[in-house]
Amino acid sequence: MSVNYGSKRIVVGAHYGLRDWLAQRITGGLMALFTIILLAQVLLGSGPIGYDKWAGIFSAQWMKALTFSVIIALLYHVWIGVRDIFMDYVKPVGLRLTLQIFSIVWLVSCAGWAIQILWRL
Amino acid sequence: MSELAKKRPEFRNINAFKDLTTYRLPPAGWVSILHRASGVIMFLLMPFIIWMFDVSVSSEISFSKFKAAFNSGLGFVPGAFIKLVALALIWAYLHHFIAGLRHLYMDVNHAVSKEFGKSSALVTLTLSIALTLVLGAKLFGLY
Repeated sequence: MSVNYGSKRIVVGAHYGLRDWLAQRITGGLMALFTIILLAQVLLGSGPIGYDKWAGIFSAQWMKALTFSVIIALLYHVWIGVRDIFMDYVKPVGLRLTLQIFSIVWLVSCAGWAIQILWRL
Repeated sequence: MSELAKKRPEFRNINAFKDLTTYRLPPAGWVSILHRASGVIMFLLMPFIIWMFDVSVSSEISFSKFKAAFNSGLGFVPGAFIKLVALALIWAYLHHFIAGLRHLYMDVNHAVSKEFGKSSALVTLTLSIALTLVLGAKLFGLY
């Protein structure tokens, strides 16, 4: 195994430590919690689900704030995930960097769009 | 022993089409690779997910557009295809969710055994597929 730390570390590598591993667990846990909270609101309400009820769930201020946090958590969770996939399967540095840049643009654009929808409710 | 060792196939620089098809993965291996695959599916379909969020939540009119997309299609895309894509997303989410909880449980407990790895992997696969079938039947109006 060649040296890949210090000044020899791979530019398109990761953080070589606990941080991302822990972040992946925390963001995943938050999203799981959000899923349960959302499901509970959908299932526990009475009557068939229509527009009013569905939009009403997201228009509550606390739900907006929580959903905002979940979108940010998702952004970081997916970034770590796809970056790990690229690190496993894509070895040429230039191609990996290109894919990483594409992923960042893709994810930040998606997060911006989702937050925009949320904020005009 | 050396005779046996010689006969074992060596995989160096594997060929994705020739070698991957001969791999026999244990259940935990299937959960692992499907965790990855389901993540990629959701990553690539993210604009579709946000579009569904947009039209379902923005207004009464867009909500009916959302429902119509599943029943009578959207533009040249038939409704059944949209339902199929939604079903793929349902499976991807369920698998990723359950496999993720499995990860968290193993991390918290950190008493990991080979047996638990296998049994929990089988539970993950069974549960995600069963729930996908139940929700898929609902989506396609079987009940």
